[in-house]
Amino acid sequence: MNTDWSVIATFMPQLLNGAKMTLFITLVGLSGGMVVGAIAGLMRTYGNWLLNYTAMIYIEVIRGTPIVVQVMFLYFALPVLASIRIDPLTAAMIAIIVNAGAYIAEIVRGSLQSISRGLAEAGLALGLPRWKVLVHIVGPLAFRRLIPPLGNQFIISLKDTSLFIVIGVSELTRTGQEIMAANFRAVEIWSAIAVMYLIMTGSLTLMLRYIERRMKIL
Amino acid sequence: MSIIEFKNVSKHFGALKVLDEVDLNIDQGEVVVLIGPSGSGKSTLLRCINGLEMITGGDLLVDDISVLAGYAKLREIRQEAGMVFQQFNLFPQLTALDNVAFGPKHVRGQSTHEARAQALALLDKVGLKDRADHFPNELSGGQQQRVAIARALAVKPKVMLFDEPTSALDPELKQEVLNVMRNLAEEGMTMVVVTHEMSFAKHVGSRLIFMENGKIAVDGHPHEILAGDSNPRLKDFLRHVH
Ligand SMILES: Nc1ncnc2c1ncn2[C@@H]1O[C@H](COP(=O)(O)OP(=O)(O)OP(=O)(O)O)[C@@H](O)[C@H]1O
Ligand SMILES: [Mg+2]
Repeated sequence: MNTDWSVIATFMPQLLNGAKMTLFITLVGLSGGMVVGAIAGLMRTYGNWLLNYTAMIYIEVIRGTPIVVQVMFLYFALPVLASIRIDPLTAAMIAIIVNAGAYIAEIVRGSLQSISRGLAEAGLALGLPRWKVLVHIVGPLAFRRLIPPLGNQFIISLKDTSLFIVIGVSELTRTGQEIMAANFRAVEIWSAIAVMYLIMTGSLTLMLRYIERRMKIL
Repeated sequence: MSIIEFKNVSKHFGALKVLDEVDLNIDQGEVVVLIGPSGSGKSTLLRCINGLEMITGGDLLVDDISVLAGYAKLREIRQEAGMVFQQFNLFPQLTALDNVAFGPKHVRGQSTHEARAQALALLDKVGLKDRADHFPNELSGGQQQRVAIARALAVKPKVMLFDEPTSALDPELKQEVLNVMRNLAEEGMTMVVVTHEMSFAKHVGSRLIFMENGKIAVDGHPHEILAGDSNPRLKDFLRHVH
């Protein structure tokens, strides 16, 4: 077997563009996912039965179906059902938002519920309104416990973007496949792509370690 | 004048009746000690006063405000009635000083500076001025409970509610907390205290209430109750506490 590692350099600009697209989808997806997750998580934890059940159904539907099916639904089924036509990139971003949102909701709920009831009661007993108890007591404590599982979800979502190959978004994995189709340098190209994913997830891990170390879990 | 008025108060948890048509008036300056077997409803009675539990029958007035008068009124009541918990429940992310300053800042709208100055004076009062910058996990149980008392006092309540404040403490740490409570009583603070510390009941209490099955079984002056033999089950209970 002869390998020619110089092809990596040749295709580096394309690969970097793919990586940029991967990062972009991840960033937009997770930002949205955190907003959706925070709202759904609060609905699950503090909502009345209607809000609680609405959030629960959303979470169970998303957790119970593969993300590939979700993005296929967005991209192929939605135009048929509701004549909403979206481009692959938008479908990819929405898929991450909706998918990560469901998992983050459960993370948020778990963190909030892990904070001892007594602390909230101490705040209420001082005469604080409920929202202030959440903002000043329960929230900051829950946030510290949120970070490790949230970091996990970030890494999962980043890797999930590779599944959007099925709708032809030109993220890193899709880019690799296109290069492959032209020159068949499987070993070199897939090695390079694996390393690029590792660099991205590794940086995320380091960043989270740093934040975790700065914030004691109480 | 009564500052706390239970009018035929009942409290149910589902089908379980935990307070059974309780009538009780507590006057300003009284130090009421609540005793009774486990599950008799002592904590529930206390928690109904500041609305941590909602009553399910009758009416309960604190400083002439009904606990049923809506959420805004309930928050007024909570500022009138400070609470100290068995498990301290200090905010772990805040120093002793900021724990005490927390209420005035977020409830009374004081500036951080103002709230901290007052907090320091209160920490001094409970003998912990030199621990102001310590976090709760750097304090002993007795110190934490004294900070918790200062935190409740910071909102300037008219009544203090204590739910077994020394039960989670080692014997040698109980006394420092009881001393703070005794000083508070001597200053004229109205107090309702659930405790098994019978010497506190005898020497600090002005009134002793024995609860049984959600009802007030015995109510009177500590000396008379502890000397007399009015209620056989109370006598039995006291034998087990000692
Ligand atoms: N949130 C709740 N939900 C259901 N039942 C409850 C709740 N809180 C208390 N109870 C029940 O109400 C009864 C009285 O409880 P309470 O805590 O008032 O008793 P207590 O006199 O303080 O007992 P202890 O000395 O053990 O603290 C118990 O049977 C308890 O199990
Ligand atoms: Mg109790």
